[in-house]
Amino acid sequence: MEQKSNGLMGWIDARFPATKMWEDHLSKYYAPKNFNFWYFFGSLAIMVLVIQILSGVFLAMFYKPDTALAFQSVEMGIMRDVEWGWLIRYFHSTGASAFFLVVYLHMFRALIYGSYKKPRELIWIFGVLIFLALMAEGFMGYLLPWGQMSFWGAQVIINLVSAIPFVGEDLGIWVRGDFVIGDATLNRFYSLHIVAIPLILIGLIVAHIIALHEVGSNNPDGVEIKKNKDENGIPKDGIPFHPYYSVKDIVGVIVFLMFFSIVVFFAPEMFGYFLEHANFEPANPLKTPEHIAPVWYFTPYYSVLRAVPSIAGSAFPGVIAMGAAIVVLFFLPWLDRNPVKSIRYRAGWYKILVAIFVVTFIILGVLGTLAPTDGRTLLAQVCTAYYFAFFLLMPIYTKLEKNKPVPERVTMK
Amino acid sequence: MKKTILVLLLTTIAMISTGLTMAAGGGYPKSPANVNVDDMASLQRGAKVFSDYCLSCHSAKFVRFNRVADDLGMTESEVMENLNHLGGKFGSTMTATMTDAYAKESFGAVPPDLSLVARSRGVDWLYTYLISFYADSAKTTGHNNAIFKDVGMPNIFWKQEGVKKAVYEEHDGVKTLVGLEVVEQGTMAPEEFDTMIRDLVAFLSYIGEPNQSYRKSLGVYVLVFLFIFFGFAYAMKKDYWKDVH
Amino acid sequence: MSADVNNSKRRLLVAATSVVGAIGAGFVAVPFVKSWNPSAKALAAGAPVLADISKLEEGQMITVEWRGKPVYILKRTEENLKVLETDTDMLADVNSDASKQPEYCKNSARAYENHAKISVMEGVCTHLGCAPKYVPDLNNPFAGSLGADWKGGFFCPCHGSLYDLSGRVYSSMPAPTNLPIPPHYFKSDTVILIGQDGSNA
Repeated sequence: MEQKSNGLMGWIDARFPATKMWEDHLSKYYAPKNFNFWYFFGSLAIMVLVIQILSGVFLAMFYKPDTALAFQSVEMGIMRDVEWGWLIRYFHSTGASAFFLVVYLHMFRALIYGSYKKPRELIWIFGVLIFLALMAEGFMGYLLPWGQMSFWGAQVIINLVSAIPFVGEDLGIWVRGDFVIGDATLNRFYSLHIVAIPLILIGLIVAHIIALHEVGSNNPDGVEIKKNKDENGIPKDGIPFHPYYSVKDIVGVIVFLMFFSIVVFFAPEMFGYFLEHANFEPANPLKTPEHIAPVWYFTPYYSVLRAVPSIAGSAFPGVIAMGAAIVVLFFLPWLDRNPVKSIRYRAGWYKILVAIFVVTFIILGVLGTLAPTDGRTLLAQVCTAYYFAFFLLMPIYTKLEKNKPVPERVTMK
Repeated sequence: MKKTILVLLLTTIAMISTGLTMAAGGGYPKSPANVNVDDMASLQRGAKVFSDYCLSCHSAKFVRFNRVADDLGMTESEVMENLNHLGGKFGSTMTATMTDAYAKESFGAVPPDLSLVARSRGVDWLYTYLISFYADSAKTTGHNNAIFKDVGMPNIFWKQEGVKKAVYEEHDGVKTLVGLEVVEQGTMAPEEFDTMIRDLVAFLSYIGEPNQSYRKSLGVYVLVFLFIFFGFAYAMKKDYWKDVH
Repeated sequence: MSADVNNSKRRLLVAATSVVGAIGAGFVAVPFVKSWNPSAKALAAGAPVLADISKLEEGQMITVEWRGKPVYILKRTEENLKVLETDTDMLADVNSDASKQPEYCKNSARAYENHAKISVMEGVCTHLGCAPKYVPDLNNPFAGSLGADWKGGFFCPCHGSLYDLSGRVYSSMPAPTNLPIPPHYFKSDTVILIGQDGSNA
């Protein structure tokens, strides 16, 4: 195809690299041809982001960030009085959970195919930052409906800040802007939720994709396709992202939308996991609900927090553990010393370690939704220990692995 | 790899289901409400019970009379005469007859708003609650409730339902309330009373989410559309991927 | 790329998928667009209002609020009605062709024929939306050029537009058209429902 085109596109390209960007990122971005099921979740995450921004912009038109009005503006204004407001809200509430589900699966993909390894360390780090920003976004958004869980969930988490020695007490007050969670807290969370964190998120996502397109995509075989190029300099195992992966991802998006619609239209509360029952009662600072559980996507880390016993009445060690559980992810590219990327060619026992990791993570998640008992706390402690051991012992055990031979070219299985 | 994933999935499902049963365990058992929010006659009867008995003390301040009329197939005059005892406008919301100040003085607290009670408590809980009052001379109201211990609300239906007493079982010195027993017949036959309570719970479920029926029927169309869309998109994908070997 | 690609089939599939996708996008847009319609709350606040005119004397005017706008209810005399039929050559829109009113009020009295004395109109000047004042007396200091032709009516304090007693604007005024008349109907001889057309037109 002729590069210097005339007409309107030529005029634009002389002033803005529209064609160049289209080619660099879509029509001439060569992706490995052996992407499997796990490679849908990146584009799905973008899809959910679009859903969240669109529905969020409209919800902000009807929501009132005022403790006296917030609950009513959601449960009466949006859910009843505004035409179709209920659907827009269910898009947003289901989208929040969908975002985490898709991102967790996306991260799992990176874990099993070694997508965090050289030269993709920065892509991974941007990804973990996106995960952090997403957690902040979810946490602050959850306060806005001003239900019982909104209030008490935020209460518990902000009190964690207060567990920090010496400065905690003052820091907690500073974050709340009050001695209790009140109007000031609600207003600043609203601003952060609808402006600041979305901006950060979008910036990080752009960085994540630019970094990805700089080094090229990994694949289920962990083979670098750029090592095998044809006479035109095109990777032999690569296919242009557009049209091949754009048409494939559309299919993925439609299947995703089917599941999304099933939740939105038939089970928007998702049995109390997406919209918690207690959140249908307005926030009451004088009455704690019988059982406080964060939304499901925070519960694995909440379990880690509860698993660590408090020392001298301070919950600080738990806070440290919860923070460390996330911070350790940043170091994954350097903890894993095995040069082989894909789990397909790694030791059988490593697969089992990963499988156990997934199971313990899910157990932690389930435990986080339940009230603690002695047995559950013990189970959470075992799982937490495994979580940290899995990462921190990596430098040792990944060196002991007996790998299978990695193929030269990608396979289509 | 596929096998590993399958095993993981099954383990997870098993974990989650045990988790759920553990979470649900304990406390007085809930009876299924079996309400149908598409049964207009039941909802209309429920609305009448609600406005006659509940609305004297409780409000449903997110619910507008005109919306109820629209959704339940009632005319403006039917709603204004049968449901709207305070005589507010057709577009106004369901407010309690009793003022908050009076409620605080006589009950010590303002009875909760019922707009969303079916969503926060669940219909089964509501149904069980409404049929689980029993005589308890230790309480000032003369009644207690099996699923909501020491509830402040008086048993407003005792004339219709009759009087029940609690049945206890003792294990290792711990007395547990296991059921209720009728000791005095009410003015309504048991089935008649049960229908009335189910109608009321159906109405509470309706006001908890007025568009729930519409939501589900719309969902069917959305899925049908997505299915068709999937057909085209999948054929397009198949065709393009013929190029990839 | 293989040579056996059927390009017309591929183009057809892309076109079909795009059309179905565009239809889907259209469906998705509906709830978002419709969410901007007046909410149930706004509709309840803008619901039709009842006005009791049993105590309204001839020559008197009352104002009721409907959808945040003042609505004037004026009871005119037989004398006034006669003037309304004869002041035609000084009016900008005599037959109210360019003005906003229900069909049943498109006459010289701009009122129901069986309740010709009662005029219901929005007190919103068609120039820039000020509320015109009711000036029943014949010696109107603001009547200006009209002088002795002034037979009572409405005067807008903002830019001096003059209207007659059925809200019709005089010629060469800043206001282009007559005062709008909201839909209304008589529930009885003494009760008017404003904001809704009735069956007794």
